[in-house]
Amino acid sequence: MAKGKTFQKPEALTDNHTHYCPGCTHGVIHRLVAECIDELGIRGRTVGIAPVGCAVLAYNYFNCDFQEAAHGRAPAMATGIKRVRPDLMVFTYQGDGDLASIGMSEIIHAANRGEKFTTIFVNNAVYGMTGGQMAPTTMPGQRTTTSPLGRNTDETGMPVRMAELLSSLVTTGYITRQAVLKPKYINRAKKAIKQAFTYQMEGRCFSLVEVISTCPTNWGMTPLDAIRWAEDTLLPYYKLGDYKTPEQSSGNE
Amino acid sequence: MAKILMKGNEAIGEAAIRAGCLNYFAYPITPQSEVAEYLSKRMPEAGGVFLQGESEVAVGYMIFGAAGCGQRVFTTSSSPGVSLMSEAISYIAGAQCPAVFVNIIRGGPGLGGILPSQGDYFQSVKGGGHGDYRLLVMAPASVQEAVEMMMMAFPLAEKYRNPVMILGDGLIGQMMEPVEFPDHLKSEPTNKDAWASNGMDTRGSDKQNLVKSLYLDPQQLNDHNLLLKSKYEQMKKEEIRFEPYNTDGDYRVLIVSFGTMSRVCRTAIDNLKEEGIEVGMIRPRTLFPFPESAIYDAAVKDSCTSVLSIEMNMGQMVEDVERCIRGQRPVRWYGKCGGEVPTPEEIMDLVKEYV
Ligand SMILES: Cc1ncc(C[n+]2csc(CCOP(=O)(O)OP(=O)(O)O)c2C)c(N)n1
Ligand code: SF4
Ligand SMILES: [Mg+2]
Repeated sequence: MAKGKTFQKPEALTDNHTHYCPGCTHGVIHRLVAECIDELGIRGRTVGIAPVGCAVLAYNYFNCDFQEAAHGRAPAMATGIKRVRPDLMVFTYQGDGDLASIGMSEIIHAANRGEKFTTIFVNNAVYGMTGGQMAPTTMPGQRTTTSPLGRNTDETGMPVRMAELLSSLVTTGYITRQAVLKPKYINRAKKAIKQAFTYQMEGRCFSLVEVISTCPTNWGMTPLDAIRWAEDTLLPYYKLGDYKTPEQSSGNE
Repeated sequence: MAKILMKGNEAIGEAAIRAGCLNYFAYPITPQSEVAEYLSKRMPEAGGVFLQGESEVAVGYMIFGAAGCGQRVFTTSSSPGVSLMSEAISYIAGAQCPAVFVNIIRGGPGLGGILPSQGDYFQSVKGGGHGDYRLLVMAPASVQEAVEMMMMAFPLAEKYRNPVMILGDGLIGQMMEPVEFPDHLKSEPTNKDAWASNGMDTRGSDKQNLVKSLYLDPQQLNDHNLLLKSKYEQMKKEEIRFEPYNTDGDYRVLIVSFGTMSRVCRTAIDNLKEEGIEVGMIRPRTLFPFPESAIYDAAVKDSCTSVLSIEMNMGQMVEDVERCIRGQRPVRWYGKCGGEVPTPEEIMDLVKEYV
């Protein structure tokens, strides 16, 4: 950081104002990714892949090359890029509807092949962009616009825990779950993202950083209440921590 | 280079390598799995990329990703697989990326059958995916022509920044024929730095390249579609390819037929000639753009009284033939599907009904 300045925008972010709702944590996650790109000096060889979801316009906020995927297909696109240009640094940025529902097959197979890209998986337990419908990650009893009486797990099953699911693959990988609800979580999340990029730079493994996030708008809460609810309801079910590192090859923690 | 005897599917794989395409992603499906089998060995030898994806849905996007960063890339599949890739094809056309798709058609609809068919004419020519896009579609009638079309496909895809489809059928894929491979293409994709997300450092730029198909502003989306349309109009001016057969003299009947079907028609036309019956044929080599005026001109010749569109399907191209002829001559369809190919005798009998 330059002397005399207390706050600087990372080079890997543009000056554009984001369209995210007040209190939405997508912006925080963008910033963490951008800081890591800057600190690792990889902006000139980074290609990001935007999802279909609230982050569909992420390419307006990141100052590096970008491709925009169809809903759920970002891991297949990242595979295409990484296979033909292994020297590029590739990350997908995906929501929970995008990754854990329509794109479940693409993420599992990319992880299982050990594709050497990085996925930032933003889990806000809801379909944000389309107006708050139920996602596979929605909590039991959680009200959404398609589960108005609360998620009924008899009919819809239990929320999918992607970090656990992916870490059960035998293929080497770095799978971790983080959060951006408070500064202590944010610092750890940044470390994890940097670690994931570092593994990719070393050509070591697939990496996925799940980030527990908030959607105050569709949860029908103030930003502060949303953070409280996430800590009280999401974190006990979606436990934070490293689920798999390339040093230990398989199994949950 | 001397001629060698080769199966169509393998020749298609080899032709891609000679066209300078060293990236192949695919999912197995009869009757074209030999392409993947051949390239699983040949691509690594040539220093290229071979990957068997988990589904045609994923393969479509692997193609999109690779094409989006400016690399030559292709896949091969057959009808049900191409249906699954159609989502990606729409996105690739929308995002203006060059890529080559090969469809070795099998019978449909649904799981259909595994035998040769031309049932995917509509899917390829009218758009299997959503939105206003077109593919440049080429239909080979021999293994040699499949090789030549593969070699043309990559530069054409790059010229238009649009997917190109090679539409063959199970016979083209499975047939062994002598082929002569043209020299390796030297041309590299030239314009990719202007648009591909190949990394800012790769092109020494500080400006982001963005590969996308989203235009939320109605005016912008309309403009984007007008730009795409202008490319399709340019294709209609510059890329129409067809082969006329026996059209120099007079003929009573004009046949329009493509791919494998046109070979059978050619035999029928030769046999009929020996019996003193003249029949002309226009064989579209590009299905989009369609040889509209060539078909019209051949149909309105004074001697010609009727037009037959002969296809290995239930009558798809005939709609385009009718459109070109604008009511000037009666147009009829004849065809079969499911793997049965109309025989020369059947076609001869049919023609005799009209003369
Ligand atoms: C094939 C397809 N199906 C459905 C949609 C509609 N759609 C857009 S975004 C979205 C859900 C996004 O939710 P999530 O991935 O959780 O992202 P968030 O908005 O919560 O960040 C859906 C269903 C689409 N664009 N494409
Ligand atoms: S809808 Fe939810 S996820 Fe989307 S921007 Fe608003 S708060 Fe964020
Ligand atoms: Mg979500």
